[in-house]
Parts: sequence; C-alpha cells; structure tokens
Amino acid sequence: MERELRLMKGNEAVAEAAIRAGVDGYFGYPITPQSEILEYLMEANPYERTGMVVLQAESEVAAINMVYGGAGCGKKVMTSSSSPGISLKQEGISYIAGAELPCLIVNVARGGPGLGTIQPAQADYFQSVKGGGHGDYHLIVLAPASVQEMADFVELGFELAFKYRNPALILSDGAIGQMMEKVYLNPQKPRSSESPDWATTGKGSREDRNIITSLDLDPDGQEQFNHKLIEKYAEIEKNEVRYEEFHCDDAEYLLVAYGTSARVCQKSVQIAREHGIKLGLLRPVTLFPFPKKRIAEISSRVKGILSVEMSSGQMVEDVQLAVNGRVPVMHFGRMGGIVTTPDEVVEQVKILFLGGK
Amino acid sequence: MKEATGIKEIIKPENLAYARTEVMLNNTLSYCPGCGHGTTHRILAELIDELGLQSKTIGVSPVGCSVLMYHYLDVDIQQAAHGRAPAVATAIKRLLPDRFVFTYQGDGDLAAIGTSETIHACNRGENILIVFINNGIYGMTGGQMAPTTIPGMKSSTSPQGRDVHSMGNPLKMTDIVATLAGTYYVTRQSVHTPANVRKTKKALRKAIEYQKLNKGTCFVEIVSNCPSGWKMTPVDSNKWMEENMFPYYPLGDLKTPSEQAEK
Repeated sequence: MERELRLMKGNEAVAEAAIRAGVDGYFGYPITPQSEILEYLMEANPYERTGMVVLQAESEVAAINMVYGGAGCGKKVMTSSSSPGISLKQEGISYIAGAELPCLIVNVARGGPGLGTIQPAQADYFQSVKGGGHGDYHLIVLAPASVQEMADFVELGFELAFKYRNPALILSDGAIGQMMEKVYLNPQKPRSSESPDWATTGKGSREDRNIITSLDLDPDGQEQFNHKLIEKYAEIEKNEVRYEEFHCDDAEYLLVAYGTSARVCQKSVQIAREHGIKLGLLRPVTLFPFPKKRIAEISSRVKGILSVEMSSGQMVEDVQLAVNGRVPVMHFGRMGGIVTTPDEVVEQVKILFLGGK
Repeated sequence: MKEATGIKEIIKPENLAYARTEVMLNNTLSYCPGCGHGTTHRILAELIDELGLQSKTIGVSPVGCSVLMYHYLDVDIQQAAHGRAPAVATAIKRLLPDRFVFTYQGDGDLAAIGTSETIHACNRGENILIVFINNGIYGMTGGQMAPTTIPGMKSSTSPQGRDVHSMGNPLKMTDIVATLAGTYYVTRQSVHTPANVRKTKKALRKAIEYQKLNKGTCFVEIVSNCPSGWKMTPVDSNKWMEENMFPYYPLGDLKTPSEQAEK
C-alpha cells in the first residue's frame, strides 16, 4: 500500500505514526513542547480505529509506570514528555531497563537545567545515552532530524526495543516537535494479537508463571545479570549503529551534529564549501549505539572535528573518545533555547581551525 | 515402635484436612513468624484457586515486605517500583481487561510514596483490586515510622513515639478512597484470629468477584501486626493491635455496593 502524504507537526507525526504502527497503549502527561502528542491521540480516537488505549496519567511518574505495566504484558506501549518530565520518569526507565522490557519513550527536549525554557535544546544527551536513572544500563537512542524521522522512528524504535527487550528513546527537541513538514505515513498496521513468551498475561496454559522483576538479592545473580546486559549492549553496538554522511569523502574538517543541529550544519557545509573550505558532516542517527568506529575512521583523514550541539558540550565527549586524540576535537553550541545558525558554525570552524580566516 | 507406625498411618495425604493450596508455592516465606502477610497470601491463594482464576490472574507487588510475592503465589506477577503498583496495574487491566488484576501493597508504599498513584487509580475507578496491608510501620527497612504509625507509637525514626505536632498525623487512606466516586467496595479487615480470617476471606472473595462487574476499584485494607518492627511477640503484637490500632482503624465496610445503589 502507498504511504499517505500529510503536512504535520513533528509531535503530531509521532502520534499518528503510533496509531498506524499498531501501538497498544500510550500513557502521557502534558508538558510543553510535546503536549500535541497526547492531544492528537485523544482527538484521533485511536481506540475506535485500532483498540489502542490512550490515557492521561496523573504524573510523569505514573505514566512511565503504566508503560512498565503494559510492557510487562508484552504490549507495544509508549510515553512521551519533555526534559523535566523525562527526569521524573528516570526511576521507571531504570526499572524498565532492569526488567528488560521493550517500550518507546519520546523526549521532545527543551532547555535546562530546572524548569529552564520551553524552547528547543539538546542538553539531555548525557541523560539519554549515559543511563539517566540509577544502575548500569543503556537505552537505544534515536535522534530524528525531521518530521519524517519523527514518524519513522516510532516503528523503528519499537522494532529495536522488541528485538533486544530494551527500552528505546527518541531524543528529539522542541524545534522538530513543533515544526511542520511534509511527512509520508505508513498504512495502518493491525495491533499484534500475540504475546511474547515472557509476558505476564495470566498463566493461561503455561506450566510456569511469568515474573517481571528487576530484583535479585543474590550478588552473584545480580552480577551475572549485569554481564548479560553488557553482552546485549555489545550486540546492539555491533548491529544497530546508524549515521548519515554529508560531503565526508573529501572533507578536511568534520562537523558532528545530530537532530536540529545536524540540519543547521548541513547548510553550514554548503556555505563553507562556497568559501572553499572542505567541510563535511557526520550525523549520528543512533546516539546509543554511537557511530564511534566511523568517526574514528574519518578522523584519520581530517585536520579537525567540531561537535555542534545545542548544549554546553555533551556529545563532544563521545566524539573525543572516538577520536582518541588523533586530531583536535572542539565543541560549539548555543543554549537556552537558541538554535545555532549555519553562519555561526562556519565562523567557528574558521576561528578554531583556520586562524580566523 | 507401634506408636510411630500409628503416626505414619495418620499423616497419610488422604487424611490431610488442611492442605497447601495449589496456588501457594512450596517456597519458605520470607515473612517473620506471626506476621499477617503469610495469612493474607494464603487467603488470596485459596480464593484464586476456588474461583478458578489462576490462569487469568496478574498480580503486582511493589517494594516492601511483599516485594517477593512472586516467590509464593503461582500466578503471573509484576514487581513494581515503590508506590507505583496502582499505575502499573492500571495499564495491565486496561490492556488486558478480562484478566483478574490486583496490587498487594504495604502502608509505606500505598499511603506515603504512592499516595498519588493510589488516589488517582481509585478516582479513575480502575477495575482492579488493591490489597492494603497496614501494620503502621516500614517492616522491610527495619521498623521506621510509616504514614499510618499511630500517635505515640514508637518506631526507629520516632523513638520517643510519634509526635503528631512535629511528625504529622497518621493518614487514613482507606477512609479517603471510600469518598472517591471511582471506588466500588472499600473495607477494612484483619487476619489475627480465625474469625477475622474468615471475614477477610469473605471480603476478598466479594472484591475479586466484583471485578467482573467493571464497576470500579475494590480496596481491601488489612490491619496487621508487625512483631519484628513493633518488637513484640506475635501474641503480644495482636493484643496491642486490638487495643491500639483498631480504635484508630476500626474494622468493617466503609463503602459497599448496596449503599451506592441506594444513593
């Protein structure tokens, strides 16, 4: 079947894509700039369309624990929020990772810390890729750079989450959530009627009961489980790295940027090349797993790398680890909800690597 | 020798009048001797068995003494974060509406850290059963003051007794949820005597059966003892409970379906 072309906000695209992907349940709580996801779902009557449950929870904390309950039943369930709300969800996310439950979390990020601003930011990188909650765990983190990817990554997120029994996170920001673009939507998929064999659906005719837990009071048992998680994350790093390259082949200088910043940097590359600077862009699509191998390869043939983020410099640490001192790795970013301009980035490349020329 | 053979004759399985319920697993309980958790587990297991619900039951046990409930009951169980069981159960029941879904929560879990989840699940009228064990203390962490610790009651964090002026008053969560439109049946029971065990079993049977009606949340509080946390023998703790807890938390129904029909 053909994909349907629509003009939508990123937030709306997530919501519509969720219904079409056959998601079983969405549990959310209002927060700017992502409330359109819950609003759209309430308006679109997904229960009539597919039987999808949508519930406005009493808090972000309740919402993520509803996701835990639904995911424990083997259902395709998701939640969304923005930075402060995602902080509230971290305990639940840690439990979900510890119980190895698949689910999708969407962060339409805004500036912080604290209540910060409602404008877009990329300051939740550490929280997203380094754990966020307590304990040793990773999320699978997808970074969309367009409304189209907001829609596409709903399906991809669930696919990866179920493949690895691991929570997946879409790390977006207020710009991508709020802006309107054309988006091709997949045809409606039916909700799955099957449950994974580990799910708590009632014992049915099973011999053994199913248990969803992250508790192991035996130190050896807990350590063994930690090793199992490490192996899973290694497998994810082996199979699921996704990135996009833009003029990297002959680049002398490389920009690394994701999401909104990557869109800005694409223009920066064009401007720089008009001025004779051979600039390239690597856009990580997955932030965990991070394209560190590819960045290391490219670093062997460029003179300098600039990590561009709407933050005080978070992803730059992963770029530095990947490059391992081979070439200078610098950071440039605007904060407080200010989106970097393409010219600013080119200017920084000139200042940092070309003696200001 | 003759006598020994006689005993062996008597303890043959067919002579066993009080056998282990099938839904109760053969694992040693982690609960302290004399504590009400074991009795309440047994009642739940008997009812799940008698009502033929073993294949359709999903339980939720959050952090607290009963966090290991999945070691004892042979049904599907989710272990939840502290206080969040009603939210977890909300999603389970909404996504699998024909299953029997219950939470099993202590007072610290339900009435302190999980106050919000408890009140909102009850207020939405989620079709779940909430079993609330109220022993007025944090048992698992070693006897700290709970939201339900009664005035003057000693605990490791109220060693001179709960001073309501500086530590606040005990929270009667069952009375609160009884006022919410979403609850269908709200009752307070105990399991410290055979007569009370029978009453609790009757109450829980009703609560489980009501879930099929989809009329709202059923909420069963069980005022229980905590011999270890209270630092008393089981017998003394039961006496203390009768004399001190019951006047504050009187047993009986707080909301019944017939009352609602009258309204």
